[in-house]
Amino acid sequence: MTVATALEIVLAVIVLGIAFWTTMVRDTSAAVVGFLAYGLLLALVWVRLGAVDVALTEAAIGGGLAGVLLLGAAARLRGAEISADAERPRTIPSAAAAVLATIVVGALAAAVLSLPDPAPTLAPAAAANAAATGLGNPVTNVLMAFRAMDTMLEKVVLLLALLGVWSLAPDRLWAGGRPGPRHRADPNGVLAFLARVLPPIGIVVGIYILWAGANHPGGAFQGGTIVAAMWLLVIMAGIVDTPPVSARRLRLVLICGPAVFVVVGLAGLAFGAAFLAYPAAYAKPLIVMIEVAMVLTIAATLGLLLAGAPERSAEP
Amino acid sequence: MSAASVFGLCAAAVAGLGLYGVITNPNPLRKIVAFNLLGSGVFMIFGVVARRGAAAGFGGDPIPQALVITGVVVAFSATALAVALLLRLFRTTGTTTLKADAQANGTDPTGS
Repeated sequence: MTVATALEIVLAVIVLGIAFWTTMVRDTSAAVVGFLAYGLLLALVWVRLGAVDVALTEAAIGGGLAGVLLLGAAARLRGAEISADAERPRTIPSAAAAVLATIVVGALAAAVLSLPDPAPTLAPAAAANAAATGLGNPVTNVLMAFRAMDTMLEKVVLLLALLGVWSLAPDRLWAGGRPGPRHRADPNGVLAFLARVLPPIGIVVGIYILWAGANHPGGAFQGGTIVAAMWLLVIMAGIVDTPPVSARRLRLVLICGPAVFVVVGLAGLAFGAAFLAYPAAYAKPLIVMIEVAMVLTIAATLGLLLAGAPERSAEP
Repeated sequence: MSAASVFGLCAAAVAGLGLYGVITNPNPLRKIVAFNLLGSGVFMIFGVVARRGAAAGFGGDPIPQALVITGVVVAFSATALAVALLLRLFRTTGTTTLKADAQANGTDPTGS
């Protein structure tokens, strides 16, 4: 057994242990913290699996934003904890669930161990067609060119999710409330200090990750998530407030990603071979343009998804 | 045993744990967390398949990797929607129980 394999086994055992603890622990806040740690360790698993792009996404979204979202929800639902405790499941259904889960684990493990060898792969095809876009990062190539339709529809899913969250607003706030509670922090405290110092650095890092994503691990998702995190930091420190959902500029930012994508796609239909077909000479500039619009949309959408449904009137 | 097999078995176990949590835990927020565990186990299996498909100088097959990136973002947006629904349920009824009788009364569910 090599050192690398030993490291992987240890990592897998720790990840599994935290997942077990997250499922079994009684206290909800503890489970959410466990899930946060799990997300960060999972990023290491992705690095070991040779998927640095996924590792960046997992660390930013699975470990970061999802953790903040669930921690915030756990804090607001603390009052409901006691009542939920009273309805612990009976022994027989939970034993049946354990049996079912064990069968699923067994089937998945058997499937994983009996995967075909040599493994089927599309990596050579992705490498052979990389020249068509002029991008060096195969994952960005797949996301933005070879399977661009998936990425475009995913932007629409993000927007639909946000619409779903906004639609939970009380009637009187539907026309333009502000999402989430108004955060207040000590203006001379650490949080307010960090919220002033970190965003310039974070925004530069986010833009760099977007730009580097053309040839190295990174891209619009990862960069957008970092920009969203910076925005949320400033909101949580109480320096700025969340914008009212009726703001026209906000809505323009929210639709610019999918809109640019669709316009480029339709242009491909009009001037090129198919929907979303980039003319070879302009492939890279077009992809970068879509990615820039996407970063804005992703950052705004993720931030607002985290802020939640409108719950205050727009007037302070 | 290769890295792919080690993490493949880990992924299978995580997916099973998530499934168990979704079924048995009565607290909706815990169900959401467990559902995310279940999803991440499935994503990890994608990662294992991608790793095994390493070829042409890449560390893994880029297609499953790109699908997982899309999947992670969609899973997050679904989680955010679920949490928003739950917070709304709590604000409307004052409880987060999923039992139908407790909500029909709109009263304190501790007695049910």
